[in-house]
Amino acid sequence: MKKKFAMEELDCANCAMKMERLIEKIPGVNSVNINFMMQKITIDADDARFDEILDQAQKACESVDSGCRIVR
Amino acid sequence: MTRAQKRDLCRILIVGAVFAALLALEHFGILQGWVLFALYLAAYLAVGYDVLLQAGRNIAHGQVFDENFLMTVASIAAFAIGQYEEAVAVMLFYQFGELLQSVAVGRSRRSISQMMEIVPEYANLESDGKLTKVDPDEVPVGSVITVLPGERIPLDGVVVEGETLVDTAALTGESVPRSVSVGCEVISGCICGSEPIKVKTTKVYEDSTVSRILELVENAGEKKATAERFISRFARYYTPAVTAAAVLLAVLPPLAFAQPWGEWIRRACVFLVVSCPCALVISVPLGFFGGIGASSKIGVLIKGGNYLEALSKAETVAFDKTGTLTQGVFTVTEIAPNGETEASLLELAALGEGYCNHPIAASIRAAYGKALDLTQVSDYEEISGRGIRASIGGAAVLLGNRSMLLEQGIDCPPSKSFGTVVYCAKDGRFVGTITISDRIKPEAKDAIRAIKALGVSRCIMLTGDRSAAAEQVAAELKLDAFHADLLPGDKVACVERLLSEGTLLFVGDGMNDAPVLCRADVGAAMGSMGSDAAIEAADVVVMDSDLRKLAASMQIAKKTMRIVRENIVFALAVKAIILLLGALGIASMWLAVFGDVGVAMLAILNSMRALRVPRL
Repeated sequence: MKKKFAMEELDCANCAMKMERLIEKIPGVNSVNINFMMQKITIDADDARFDEILDQAQKACESVDSGCRIVR
Repeated sequence: MTRAQKRDLCRILIVGAVFAALLALEHFGILQGWVLFALYLAAYLAVGYDVLLQAGRNIAHGQVFDENFLMTVASIAAFAIGQYEEAVAVMLFYQFGELLQSVAVGRSRRSISQMMEIVPEYANLESDGKLTKVDPDEVPVGSVITVLPGERIPLDGVVVEGETLVDTAALTGESVPRSVSVGCEVISGCICGSEPIKVKTTKVYEDSTVSRILELVENAGEKKATAERFISRFARYYTPAVTAAAVLLAVLPPLAFAQPWGEWIRRACVFLVVSCPCALVISVPLGFFGGIGASSKIGVLIKGGNYLEALSKAETVAFDKTGTLTQGVFTVTEIAPNGETEASLLELAALGEGYCNHPIAASIRAAYGKALDLTQVSDYEEISGRGIRASIGGAAVLLGNRSMLLEQGIDCPPSKSFGTVVYCAKDGRFVGTITISDRIKPEAKDAIRAIKALGVSRCIMLTGDRSAAAEQVAAELKLDAFHADLLPGDKVACVERLLSEGTLLFVGDGMNDAPVLCRADVGAAMGSMGSDAAIEAADVVVMDSDLRKLAASMQIAKKTMRIVRENIVFALAVKAIILLLGALGIASMWLAVFGDVGVAMLAILNSMRALRVPRL
């Protein structure tokens, strides 16, 4: 399932790229794209574990930039 | 500026002033020793405490190549070797640069969202005789909504009451409003003119034109151009490589060649300061985003950076004929009377075709344009594949192809005009011809010239139409070649052949060209306001069917690619030079700060040029 979320306080393009790379590695994620300009993240991941994956993605974002949040 | 940005600016200005005062005090020898150190340290902490905190947090998360961390290491190392001014300067300018970056990005983000300000906020739904504002999301298909003057049409639908002008500029870039009345389709995102209209919705919000366009532009970032992919690969290796080089630079010469530690640590700091690839990581996607944004502003949607890139490189442009180069509607293009006036010939033909359902008859009636007195017509007879025989006001009239008249023993010279020619005879005498053909779009010639001026080497026409008609259009538009009598399968084969000769842009009307649109390097669909099929199949969608807009978006694509290339070359060159000078000990920390922040700023400013919309 593919879903799109807004992101808050994503303020460096390089960070967005690092987050993408980290989230890609989460098992169950088929593809991820962070649009720095629109401040949006699109995650395509396993349906059954989507919430769990999203939690991990949130953690990954925080590890790059502690203020950054995925708005659900 | 946001509140946080203003606060940062204040902090930077205050610390900057204090820093300048400290520099002066030190210069005149008023402050020395540990007092000076303490004051510099205070200034440093005041301007950079958040960077230090962030660096600490990120290290805990294992993010070694984080720019906060690298800046922290560089500035602390500078303190350690006694370069207090540089330490404060690095942090001060780093913060200032970050601020400028966030302001610039915020501004371009705003100008893009302004471009995309086509989102309707509400729909006026009528219930119990009262209008209530509801979220467009909640309006089911088939509801009747009221759109008041000045409001944005929230959902696609059909006008059921009222008549007005709608402003489609936000979607098509076209400034002349379009008039709509009962039965006309309207699309969401347009602005209703002077009169209110009632619209019966045909789509839910999610499928309406507005949300499809927004989604398309937002998702454009996912299809990356070569340059973007290069940058993300580059960024992955650049920072670790430069950091590793910095470590080697700091450690090797002092250990192996007994060089002074301080000097080599200073050189290593220069490396650390320029180790962030931010200039490229921000400016390249920003450039593509701006180019796609500028293009959508004129009503041309480009579905991704890769298509923008291909558009800029197109060597061959292949056009479909009907509906793309021509208007796709058949009209009377020539009236050649023989012994009659034009008006009387046209009236005669219109009366004769009065009962006929054929498209040719319809276009002759449309050309006549007045109400017909069909009581004059009697003994009407259609002769399949040939024409019409009728008696009009007592005169025996024949309307049809040449062989039909010749068979009746009526002598008529062959017409030289292209298209479908209707020969007319009255009481056994040839009275003239009326030619019906598809008209070439008035702007097509200019557009082709503009496309060629952009460096496209060949413009080719592909059509299923007859060779004679194709030849005339090709000659008129000065096309380089044309292929006529093509079946849909032949078109694909033709495109395959053209593909092997260079980057190919195919332009079609999107209705029956889907396989060819997919096959070409870039497929552009024309004149497809609200047509789902075209938006789906094509890589580039020209919202109204103006060919000049295609040329304009090719120009935007070229400009965007130039900006992106400039940024890549400029940023890499400056960083390489600073790294070299830094290794040789010539570059100061000050120069390094410029190499990091200054280059990023200049590159962002350059990228923002891509947002500018060219005049048509």
